[in-house]
Amino acid sequence: MSAILEIHDVDKHFDISGSFLDQLQLSKGKITRKRTVVKAVNNVTLDIQPGETLSIVGESGCGKSTLARTVMGLYKPNKGTISYRGDRIDHLNSVKMLPYRTKMQMVFQDPYASLNPRMNVRQILEEPVRFHNPDLSRSEIKARVSEVMLQVGVDPVWASNYPHEFSGGQRQRISIARALVVDPEFIAADEPIAALDVSIQAQILNLLMDAQEQRGLTYLFISHDLSVVEHISTRVAVMYLGCICELATAKELFSNPKHPYTQALLSAIPRLGGKIGGHVRLSGDVPTPINLPSGCAFSGRCPHVNERCMQEIPAQLKLESGSVVACHGIEEGRI
Amino acid sequence: MRTRWQRFKQSYMLYNFLRDPVAITSFIILAFLVFTSFAAPIIAPHDPYDSSTIDIMDAQMAPAWIDGGSSEFLLGTDAQGRDMLSTMLYGMRVSILIGVGAVCLQAFIGIIVGLLSGYVRRLDNILMRFADVQLSFSTYMVAIFIGAIVQTMFGVAGYDRVAVPLLIVIIGLAEWPQYARTVRASVLAERKKEYVEAARVIGLSRIRIMLRHILPNTLSPVLVISTVQVANAIMSEAALSFLGLGMPITKPSLGSLITAGFEYIFSGSWWITIFPGILLVSLILVINLLGDWVRDFLNPKLYKG
Amino acid sequence: METLIDIKNLRVDFALRSGTVRAVRDVSLSINKGERLGIVGESGAGKSVLGFSIINLISKPGKITDGEIIFKGHDISKYSYDQMRKIRGNRISMIFQDPMMTLNPVLTIGTQMMETVLAHMDVSKKEAEKICLEKLTKVYIPSPEKRLSQYPHEFSGGMRQRIVIAISLLTSPNLIIADEPTTALDVTIQAEIMDLLLELCKTENMGLILITHDLAVVSEVTQRIAVLYAGKVVELGLSEQIINNPQHPYTQGLIQALPQMAGGKKRLNQIPGMMPSLLDMPKGCPFEPRCTICIERCKQEIPILKELESGTQVACFMRNGANKR
Repeated sequence: MSAILEIHDVDKHFDISGSFLDQLQLSKGKITRKRTVVKAVNNVTLDIQPGETLSIVGESGCGKSTLARTVMGLYKPNKGTISYRGDRIDHLNSVKMLPYRTKMQMVFQDPYASLNPRMNVRQILEEPVRFHNPDLSRSEIKARVSEVMLQVGVDPVWASNYPHEFSGGQRQRISIARALVVDPEFIAADEPIAALDVSIQAQILNLLMDAQEQRGLTYLFISHDLSVVEHISTRVAVMYLGCICELATAKELFSNPKHPYTQALLSAIPRLGGKIGGHVRLSGDVPTPINLPSGCAFSGRCPHVNERCMQEIPAQLKLESGSVVACHGIEEGRI
Repeated sequence: MRTRWQRFKQSYMLYNFLRDPVAITSFIILAFLVFTSFAAPIIAPHDPYDSSTIDIMDAQMAPAWIDGGSSEFLLGTDAQGRDMLSTMLYGMRVSILIGVGAVCLQAFIGIIVGLLSGYVRRLDNILMRFADVQLSFSTYMVAIFIGAIVQTMFGVAGYDRVAVPLLIVIIGLAEWPQYARTVRASVLAERKKEYVEAARVIGLSRIRIMLRHILPNTLSPVLVISTVQVANAIMSEAALSFLGLGMPITKPSLGSLITAGFEYIFSGSWWITIFPGILLVSLILVINLLGDWVRDFLNPKLYKG
Repeated sequence: METLIDIKNLRVDFALRSGTVRAVRDVSLSINKGERLGIVGESGAGKSVLGFSIINLISKPGKITDGEIIFKGHDISKYSYDQMRKIRGNRISMIFQDPMMTLNPVLTIGTQMMETVLAHMDVSKKEAEKICLEKLTKVYIPSPEKRLSQYPHEFSGGMRQRIVIAISLLTSPNLIIADEPTTALDVTIQAEIMDLLLELCKTENMGLILITHDLAVVSEVTQRIAVLYAGKVVELGLSEQIINNPQHPYTQGLIQALPQMAGGKKRLNQIPGMMPSLLDMPKGCPFEPRCTICIERCKQEIPILKELESGTQVACFMRNGANKR
């Protein structure tokens, strides 16, 4: 089975040092130019198989949203390649990218910011259809929009209303409809339920899963909510400070986590009716992606750290079970 | 399904407006002033532009309720024998025309520059430095400079014809950076929002994203500064006219009327200066009061701090 | 057991132009000394308003229109601002979702902590500093002496929340109200903060009101849970009872909707519809439009909390025996 999307060795760094004049610094009597670079994504290699849901989990600031946006072509990667069904797409200009725009779509986190407040639902949903199919007639576009609206559970009667007249859950439905309306194969969903209430989260997750079933969609699902990820994913990648620490099938990852960070993360999930205090205690704080540790990104907080972890970045190690782990300890058989 | 009118009737804007007596009063006065000034050719008792109806013998007549006044000229006459009321109405029309025209020009240039420098990062530095340079010239300096050149080029007679568009261009060019900065600031805030990213994921071109998605969301601050800018432009025009660089006395604006009357204020003909002055002040005042309401309505955070 | 705070028929209204919003409707709750109570609900259920109203921090246009809050024998809901100041931040502390709501970004941690101590306690500066250091140690802030002279922005999110907890501990309060204290934090940090709160409540014998939308967190930390829906308590009981044997259809729906409760099924058990707008409440039970077991009576009458044999109180005609089928 060939992958629908291949991410190979991708780096995404942001230069936040500002204009040239801001970069100049006076040190020891000399003027030097200093750049501040946020290393949001580092050496990420992933492949997404057709029809699966690959989830990326990690704490805030680990680069998971940046990765999704890089995949979607919103950011250009500094290094590495992104291929869609074997064709490289990371270096295309906006015109050459157009055919892929109908195949790859995105759902955003904040249902309040992701819909243009000055456009009504009909305008929001018709715009992508009309843009990609200029020869469709008005009635055809209308029919397509109504069909998608029905599918996501928003009554087409409300099409002339503006986003602020809807609740958060309904807005997220509209946001999903906007992605579905161009009939994509692949959807990157960036924390699509994080801003919603518990009872609405289940509705949106069901909607996403139904759409996947009916349309044969492939998802790249970004989330920090591990119990949701466990339920919805085929495979899960755990990210920490821009690096992937572990990639495994959802079942394998949640029943048998290998990487010390995955173990800590899983133990910290609050369990219904559980007792608190059983979690792995991590020392220290998450370092900023501006000053990455020289070795393993997790070395500063890892309970199994040794000299080598501080010096050398661990390579991705493929285990017998099929999981991929980046950890010296596992490679050496210490953990 | 609701029509636009129904939406407007139920809108928070109308509700808020009806709750604010200052805003209502200002709006009524402004509407009255604008109406009378533009209906001046119909409702004004005399035509101050028609020299055949002006009699120099009527010059400096006092208002009707004072000794020496005539019921024909309610607010008296000026030094050339023109009816003050009619001249003021025509003058206000010129003032409003220049004010609104200049603001339209400012907004046009400012919005284009602001959008470009906010959305196309490469242009940002150049355009904003250019705006800074423009701001460092004072409006009056630019106006005096251009005005002097044009007056010598066209001569006094020719100047009459080009005065209105010229003042619009001068005041418009001098103040556009206000708009450019406001628009740029709100473009910078809007472009980070997810709906802009969603538009990019759809594949829309930059120009389309700028015009169709970002621009409509930056218009509320533009509306807020527009009210203040109209008042400012009218004031600028009045000031320039007062300096003798604005409207000629044959086609007076409120500013040039005030100047014209200034020479006679000590000879007792106070009304030539005072009435246009009061009219100008009340016009500016109601515009600013209405502008305050618009600002508070569109940006309630200002109050809550 | 001694009752710490007793809320009786509390009612909080917000007068808006579109009508009166009843954010909290006839809520009665009580907490014993050292007890931990969780208040669970969706956004807009009135849980934060309830938290704020206990310390009388409801801002206009909100107002406590009815009911009483008995704390140490006095009805503090009628207290004036000055009277309330002696209780707020002294006997009752509050922790917010965003630590920066409590911390002033331009003052050092030390200054802010000392200010609180000196305002509420009659101690010398030296003693005040000692108290600050002691409390910072209690929340496991490493090298607290050094930290006192640092500014809030020099700390990470988790550390800031620890400092806020330390500040709330300064006056050894009897009750801490924590409004979504970990929502903005990552899971690993959340576990640590919850751990800390639990430990402090036990060692200091403090009462805790934990306001959150996360059932799992509440079930781990608190002894009792009150489920809030549309401004009303729909179910109140021991945590284990509520988690393992929920009675109200809303609580059942909430628990069933969690991904871990879906079992082997792919689809989650969703509650249809959404919470009614507080402006446009149904005449009867607020949950009736989304309820799968409702009857005619639910449309007409608002059910009140009644105690079941298990000790759980539930506001549902179908559950509390008043109308068994």
